[in-house]
Amino acid sequence: MFRNVAELVTLAEQHQVKIAEIMIRQEIEVTGLTREEIIAKMENNLTVMEQALERGLQGVKSQTGLTGGDAVLLQKYIKSRRALSGHILLDAVSKAVATNEVNAAMGVICATPTAGSAGVVPGTLFAVKEQLNPSRQEMIEFLFTAAAFGFVVANNATVSGAAGGCQAEVGSAAGMAAASIVEMAGGTPQQAAEAMAITLKNMLGLVCDPVAGLVEVPCVKRNAMGASNAITAADMALAGITSRIPCDEVIGAMYAIGKSMPSSLRETAEGGLAATPTGRRLEAEIFGQPKESLMDYLV
Amino acid sequence: MKYRSAFDIIGPVMIGPSSSHTAGAARIGRIARTLFEKQPKKAIVSLYGSFAKTYKGHGTDLAIVAGLLDFDTFDKRIPDSLAIAEKSGMEVIFQTEEAVPDHPNTVKINLFDNDNELELIGISIGGGTIEITEINSFKLKLSGDPAILVMHQDRFGIISYVTSVLAKYEINIGHMEVARKDKGETAIMVIEVDQKIADEVIQELRSLSYVSRVIRMVE
Repeated sequence: MFRNVAELVTLAEQHQVKIAEIMIRQEIEVTGLTREEIIAKMENNLTVMEQALERGLQGVKSQTGLTGGDAVLLQKYIKSRRALSGHILLDAVSKAVATNEVNAAMGVICATPTAGSAGVVPGTLFAVKEQLNPSRQEMIEFLFTAAAFGFVVANNATVSGAAGGCQAEVGSAAGMAAASIVEMAGGTPQQAAEAMAITLKNMLGLVCDPVAGLVEVPCVKRNAMGASNAITAADMALAGITSRIPCDEVIGAMYAIGKSMPSSLRETAEGGLAATPTGRRLEAEIFGQPKESLMDYLV
Repeated sequence: MKYRSAFDIIGPVMIGPSSSHTAGAARIGRIARTLFEKQPKKAIVSLYGSFAKTYKGHGTDLAIVAGLLDFDTFDKRIPDSLAIAEKSGMEVIFQTEEAVPDHPNTVKINLFDNDNELELIGISIGGGTIEITEINSFKLKLSGDPAILVMHQDRFGIISYVTSVLAKYEINIGHMEVARKDKGETAIMVIEVDQKIADEVIQELRSLSYVSRVIRMVE
């Protein structure tokens, strides 16, 4: 069993297999299920992700009306050929947004690693798919690689916004996605770890401050940025750039930062964007009255 | 290790919007239902920390009630669970608590029917993964992995009888806890196992002397 990223990379190098394969072997050992059963289970998750994303691309609206429809706008914009960022990057962003819009609308999604951050991994997977042309098996492996890195974060730090802020949710999701993209693009296990480290470094300190306590604002757009961060970091790692701080230490730093975050910035809807005048107004409109008066914010 | 499986990270398949506040909450509710062994007539749900502050936005209330109705995390009836509960004759009372819990996502669930009561405390630790930390004032750790809960009279030898049955069926124990209220009174055993537990194992455990209840917990 691997306990950290360093061990995960070493195992993959020693056995000369992908990180995905190390995760699958561990899963067989831990659960007693067969390889076929485990692959089938992950394929089901992949199918749920694909369906959620397609539903979002057709356009959904949440019950509050705060989110929905942005994935459609992005797809239209991509087709207009006026986009400044590249096609894959923007496609990933639109698909991450699509997934999270479905989540906010209480649709069916697959938590990756959480529901609030569920857009990043599928969004990037289904965007890079167009260039990398993976088989269905390789797409399933993408998810196992993401699982392996997420497993390390969840066990050594946290993937909960209430415990560690958004850096623990979208930050972890983006790091997982970056590592998986690198592996699918033919990078080494070490390069996958570098991509995870580079991504997570750039998400450190991100707070969890959902307006009205809803997984909508700013969660949907944070998934967009998580996806673009992941693709950028994957390209950097594939170019041969390394992180001066090793991946495990970045994860440790994320955890330490999360623990020192005040509770108002950890999914309590008491600080950050949730406590802005507009955040409070939206909360009042949705739930009838604000939890605290505007004066608390102004003081 | 808090998380054991790749599917703790990629999964669960669920109704949004929050893995901890919706899916995790539904799982805690469903474990409470499993432990109660039937649908309760009345449930008092006390929410703490982030659960108390943001339950409305996350549908935590809907999810817990869905769990009490034995719905899975991806059941499309979750958004309508309150109405379904009312129709099926289950009264639910929600209360938010000011006390600061050890974990930010904490819920206490009290279930009642004519002659039974159950109190359970659960925490949702992220990504839909949960732990039960207390049942009827017994402090313990139940993570949702396959497990057996045995309530019995506190007496010499019971632990060995129970584990002998498991050994006979070649079931490996991953984690085990024992607790009791008072010497000679009711005691509880929580046994997390690596394999699925067949009906005959449960039947054999139930037939043991001094064992009052055996509950199988399956994911």
